[in-house]
Amino acid sequence: MWYNLGQGLKNIWRNKLFSLASIATMSACIFLFGVFYSIGVNFSEMVQTAEEGVAVTVFFTEGVSKDKVSAVEQEIKKRPEVAKYHFVTAEEAWESFKKDYFKGKEELAEGFSQDNPLANSEHFEIYLNDVSKQQELVKFLQGLDGVREVHQSEVAANTLSDFNSLIGYIFAGVIIILIAVAVFLINNTVTVGISVRREEIAIMKLIGAKDKFVRAPFIVEGVFIGLIGSAIPLVLLFFLYQGLIGYVAEKFRFIGGMIQFVPVADVFRILVPVSLVLGVGIGYVGSRMTLKKHLKV
Amino acid sequence: MIRLENVSKTYQQGVPAVDNVNLHIEQGEFVFIMGSSGSGKSTLIKMLLKELEPTSGEITINGQKLSKIPRKKVPNFRRDIGVVFQNFRLLPDRNVYENVAFALKVVEAPNKEIKKKVPMVLSMVGLAAKYKSLPRQLSGGEQQRVAIARALVGEPRILLADEPTGNLDSANAWEIMHLLEEINERGTTVVVVTHNSEIVDKMNKRVITIKKGVVVEDRKAGESNVV
Repeated sequence: MWYNLGQGLKNIWRNKLFSLASIATMSACIFLFGVFYSIGVNFSEMVQTAEEGVAVTVFFTEGVSKDKVSAVEQEIKKRPEVAKYHFVTAEEAWESFKKDYFKGKEELAEGFSQDNPLANSEHFEIYLNDVSKQQELVKFLQGLDGVREVHQSEVAANTLSDFNSLIGYIFAGVIIILIAVAVFLINNTVTVGISVRREEIAIMKLIGAKDKFVRAPFIVEGVFIGLIGSAIPLVLLFFLYQGLIGYVAEKFRFIGGMIQFVPVADVFRILVPVSLVLGVGIGYVGSRMTLKKHLKV
Repeated sequence: MIRLENVSKTYQQGVPAVDNVNLHIEQGEFVFIMGSSGSGKSTLIKMLLKELEPTSGEITINGQKLSKIPRKKVPNFRRDIGVVFQNFRLLPDRNVYENVAFALKVVEAPNKEIKKKVPMVLSMVGLAAKYKSLPRQLSGGEQQRVAIARALVGEPRILLADEPTGNLDSANAWEIMHLLEEINERGTTVVVVTHNSEIVDKMNKRVITIKKGVVVEDRKAGESNVV
């Protein structure tokens, strides 16, 4: 095993230029993956925050009984797409209305003190964990007994969910292209490695080396290129990400309230294992494919 | 030990390279296979190493029918045959010791065994003092000794030498021949493929002559040359 490990590393060294090219491409792939992932994670966090702000409001028919309201509540509770909901009484609705529209002129609202103009406006505010399910929920709620009206912000919901899937598609597309490029380059590197060592391989086979033994150094080579090629961009990304969120927080304090970056530790908890597995996996698959094609042992 | 029964090999062009060869080489024999280039010697060697399959016939080595050895077991089979080539085929970037140790490393021998056997076989071929030299620092004869050491270190029962003196001057060629004779005397079956009739005549061993893929003469050791 140690022999093969040593030979694999020697291959990389003997084959410096190609190994370097492969490591560089792999690094670029993983780097871009990391960038996309970081952007993606932050975006979906933002979208999620925005989603949480999109509510469906359910109003009741006039003089609805308490039993019916609690029956509706039970139905809402059962729905899996509901993240949270709460009941707003007519009084709370009026208080909130007063706060929003009579700010500083509270005395004007006093005239209504005995007669709540929003007497019939008790309602449920429902927040979803997945905006794309909003239409479905609205339809369901409209069909319930005792429900007068269901309000929703359809445009916001649709835009957010479209945007979410668009990010997903771009992300997947770029990653697929990058993986293809990386596999192609590893292929090239290992092919050159094989042709450089053709004589040695021929001798090994004549002496009685097993297929596995002949192949192992090339697999080691591919896996190592993958490992180094994913470690370098991870370190780079770590400092870049940390630097960037620090910089944005410092320079653009005014948007600080609007944009909440996902903390570096949270991003890298997923990014590190995924990148390493991706890098090593690409290296392994790339060299295996090449060996199958060029090394008939 | 080595038995060929009605062995033929025809390449795609249609002319048989080896044509209905029947041979039997006993354990511990020293045999020359003589033939000019294109006689089918190389094809024969490749078939003995199971690099090529015969078109028809059966080859049996050390009791194993070659056609019955599955692909996965070929490495194990080859470990019992040491091979030496005309152009030595040493690894240029490794020294004498490493070249010989290479043969044990690729069969995953333990380090302890490597450290014991390599110096032993190097002193047997007379190169113990040059274990640190790179192949390019050695003469042709010395390089061939390294190749022989590499072929022998795994203690094969058969040593197959393909034109081992082809690239050597007469003095070196004789040294190599004597070395092969010595190895044979220790019990290893030695098969030397060559077209050097001067050496073959003087060595006085069994000679199998091949022409155009056909065995035209099988002369026992000690018999005089009649062809």
